[in-house]
Amino acid sequence: MTDTEWLGVIFAQMSLLAIGGVSSVLPEMQRQVVDVHHWMSAREFSALFALAQAAPGPNMLVVTLVGWQVAGLHGAAAATLGLLGPSSLLTYLTLRAWHRFRERPWRRDVQAGLVPVTVGLVMAASLHLAAATTTGLVAAGITAAVVFGMLRTRLHPLLLLAGGALLGLLGLV
Amino acid sequence: MGFFSAGMMGFGGVLPLARRMIVEQRGWLSPAEFNDLLALCQFLPGPNICNMTIALGIRYQGVPGALAATAGLLAMPTGVVILLGTLYARYGGVPAVQHAFAGLAAAASGLVVSTALKIAWPIRTQALAVGIAAVVFIAIALLHTPLLPTMLVLAPISIVLRRRFG
Repeated sequence: MTDTEWLGVIFAQMSLLAIGGVSSVLPEMQRQVVDVHHWMSAREFSALFALAQAAPGPNMLVVTLVGWQVAGLHGAAAATLGLLGPSSLLTYLTLRAWHRFRERPWRRDVQAGLVPVTVGLVMAASLHLAAATTTGLVAAGITAAVVFGMLRTRLHPLLLLAGGALLGLLGLV
Repeated sequence: MGFFSAGMMGFGGVLPLARRMIVEQRGWLSPAEFNDLLALCQFLPGPNICNMTIALGIRYQGVPGALAATAGLLAMPTGVVILLGTLYARYGGVPAVQHAFAGLAAAASGLVVSTALKIAWPIRTQALAVGIAAVVFIAIALLHTPLLPTMLVLAPISIVLRRRFG
C-alpha cells in the first residue's frame, strides 16, 4: 500500500477508538506514525501537535497536519477523511436511535462504564506527550506553569502557548 | 444551508465559543438540549465538536446539512494549519524556530495535562472508576499495549463491572 492509503486506514481505525476526543488516541497515533511507519521522529510529531494546538480550530487538525507532512495534499485528505468518516457515520446512526434509547438503563451503564476508560486514555496521552516535550528543566517548568494557569487562572490558552514559545525563542528551552 | 456553514466557520472549535454561538447567539438549542447533545457527542468516538456539528446539521437540514456544516467548520482552520505546517517544513531547521517550537510544544503539553486533570476530577470519589482508569493508564502509558486490543478488552469489562457494582 502507498503512504496515502496507509494514512487513510490507520486514521479510520483510530476514528472509532477516539472516545472522549482525539487526545485519547494521541499515543497510538504517535506509535503508528513514529515507531511503526517511521514517517517522522517523536520530536517532529510533538512539534506538529504543538502547531495544531496553537492554530485556531479543533485539535483534531493534528491529523490533517500529519497527513500533509507525510504525503502532501493527498495525505492530508486521506488522514482527515479517515479520521472523520467512521465516527461521523456512527454519530449519524446513533442520533437516529438516541431518542428511542435515552431512558433505557443499559445505555446509562455503557455511558458510565466508558467514562473511566476515557479518563485513563487521556491521562496516558498527556503523560506520553509531556514526556516527549520535556527536554529539560525549563520545558518541564513551562508545562507545569501552563497546567497551573489553566486550572487556577482565567488566562486565555493562546496567551499561555505564546508565553511558552517566547521563552523558547529566547533560547531558554 | 450556506448560512449555516458560514456561521460555523466563525468558531475555532473551542467549545465555549461553540456554545455561545449555538445557544446564546443563534438560539439553535436550549442550554439543556446543548448539554444533552454534548454528553452524547463525548461518549461517541471521534472529535467531539465535529460530532456536535453533524448532530446540528442533521437536525436542521438532514445529511446535506451535516456535510455542509462539517465542511464549514473545518475549511478555514485546515487552510491555516496547512499554511503553518508548510512554514514549519521550510523554516523548521532554523535553530531559533526549533527553540520556539520546543517552548510551544512544552506549553501545548501543559494544555493537554490540564484537560486530562479536568476530565479526571469528577470521578475521583468513585473507587471502581479510579481503579479502571488506573488499569487503562498502566496498560497504555507504562506497558505500551496497542490501543485497539486494550479497548476491546477493558471497555466491556468496565461496562460489566459498572452494571454489577455501579
